[in-house]
Amino acid sequence: MIEVVGLNKSFGENHVLKDISAVFETGKTSLIIGASGSGKSTLARCLVGLIAPETGKMLYDGRDFLELNNKEKKALRKEIGFLFQGSALFDFMTVEENVRFPLDILTDLSKKEKQIRVDEVLERVELPTAHKLFPSELSGGMKKRVGIARAISPHPKYLFCDEPNSGLDPQTSIVIDNLIHDITIEYNITTLVISHDMNSVMEIGEYILFIHKGEKWWEGDNKKILQTDNEELLSFVNASGFLSNKKAGS
Amino acid sequence: MASFLFHLGQYIMLMWRVFSKPEKMSIYRKRLFDEMVSLGLASLGIIMVISLFMGAVITIQTAANIDSAFIPSYTIGFTTRQSTILEFSPTIMALILAGKVGSNIASEIGLMRVTEQIDALEIMGVNSSAFLILPKIIASVIINPFLVIISMFVSIGGGYLIAMFTDIVSVADYVYGIQLDFRPYHVVYALSKAAVFAFIFTSVPAYQGYFAAGGALEVGKASTRGVVQSSIIILIANYFITQLFLI
Ligand SMILES: Nc1ncnc2c1ncn2[C@@H]1O[C@H](COP(=O)(O)OP(=O)(O)O)[C@@H](O)[C@H]1O
Ligand SMILES: [Mg+2]
Repeated sequence: MIEVVGLNKSFGENHVLKDISAVFETGKTSLIIGASGSGKSTLARCLVGLIAPETGKMLYDGRDFLELNNKEKKALRKEIGFLFQGSALFDFMTVEENVRFPLDILTDLSKKEKQIRVDEVLERVELPTAHKLFPSELSGGMKKRVGIARAISPHPKYLFCDEPNSGLDPQTSIVIDNLIHDITIEYNITTLVISHDMNSVMEIGEYILFIHKGEKWWEGDNKKILQTDNEELLSFVNASGFLSNKKAGS
Repeated sequence: MASFLFHLGQYIMLMWRVFSKPEKMSIYRKRLFDEMVSLGLASLGIIMVISLFMGAVITIQTAANIDSAFIPSYTIGFTTRQSTILEFSPTIMALILAGKVGSNIASEIGLMRVTEQIDALEIMGVNSSAFLILPKIIASVIINPFLVIISMFVSIGGGYLIAMFTDIVSVADYVYGIQLDFRPYHVVYALSKAAVFAFIFTSVPAYQGYFAAGGALEVGKASTRGVVQSSIIILIANYFITQLFLI
């Protein structure tokens, strides 16, 4: 479980995150949605320690990230996996080396144990034969899969995915969404997915946090979201074209 | 001026992180080896071609300019050797490599920045600046003196070919000239320059790439800045090192 309490972050004059509080539960896929530039990535980057917020608490099962000493931080890092928007695979490494890299850095597993782990997670993301390929040889969907494999190879307790659907066709998007959702349940982890895709919201959104201009504007689940009378949220939902597609289809 | 000081400060802080204690030695060893191969071998061809023609031209130019009965013709060999060792091999090669290696480093690291690969390293607790930059600097500082030695031989060899195939200077005079009054200290001076220049043409473009922000366009600009700045700094450093060693 990740608990965010009163988080504030500014870049110079630009107050990007305004007093954000939320609870992301274990074993659930939580979605952070909002228009481009609303502060979603900034929130995720604060949570994993890439940037420091000015005020607030970020509790990882009770441990406040901002209060930890270096050793405790290192231990917590082992428990965090991150899938970046563009996958961010290391392009001078093969798929296998990419997936093994966090194990080399974060764990003391033997060579053989690492290999077993690499095979396991590549199998899990349905890329059992891609070991020796380089990122430049992969399609967008395959890169996301490898990105997920790299994120989950140290068996994290917390998984962050920044726009896992960006650059993917609708079919592949659904496959990746479901992969993330299934992994969350299987490994019983706390998963945060940043998205602005209504299809994902309806498919996997067990908890949804809607951010508007850096403020928490709405929270709920995918059953409640279509009944909302929140103006900004409605316009976000409508802008995605989701409802009109549904109407046209039915 | 304020911007210059800002960048100088940021550069020094980056180098501080680059040279701070690495967390896991084993992951560096392979990187260092890879970088030595890619920085060294990949530049060998261009270094040899350029040095060959450089030496040939120095010989012809010297001959053309001292066409006098009072200057013995072994001076041509002597001058070719001296200018090759003291200036052309260390400095011109550094400028060539600032273009080739420097732009490569800036765009590689810049691309890693804008595609969030650097963030991915940081999340895993890796000191990304050390992991990406240190192997390049060390590899280059070690390899570049060897490249310069090779350049010296090839350049003086280029002059030898001129002596052999033209009648500007006789082979005997040229060979006598290149052996005349040889001072090992000059080679020490040249190789020290090679090491310092290698530090400059790797660390300055690495700095530009590391702090690139935006997209492909910005990476391109960072790469250009890296090359231009390291070339200028190399020439300024050349002046100070020369004053330090030779006066
Ligand atoms: N490193 C940074 N420096 C300055 N401003 C930033 C930085 N990162 C993000 N911002 C600003 O913060 C705001 C939110 O950005 P971001 O969190 O990336 O939005 P989203 O992910 O929701 O599209 C934007 O106005 C952006 O310009
Ligand atoms: Mg974003």
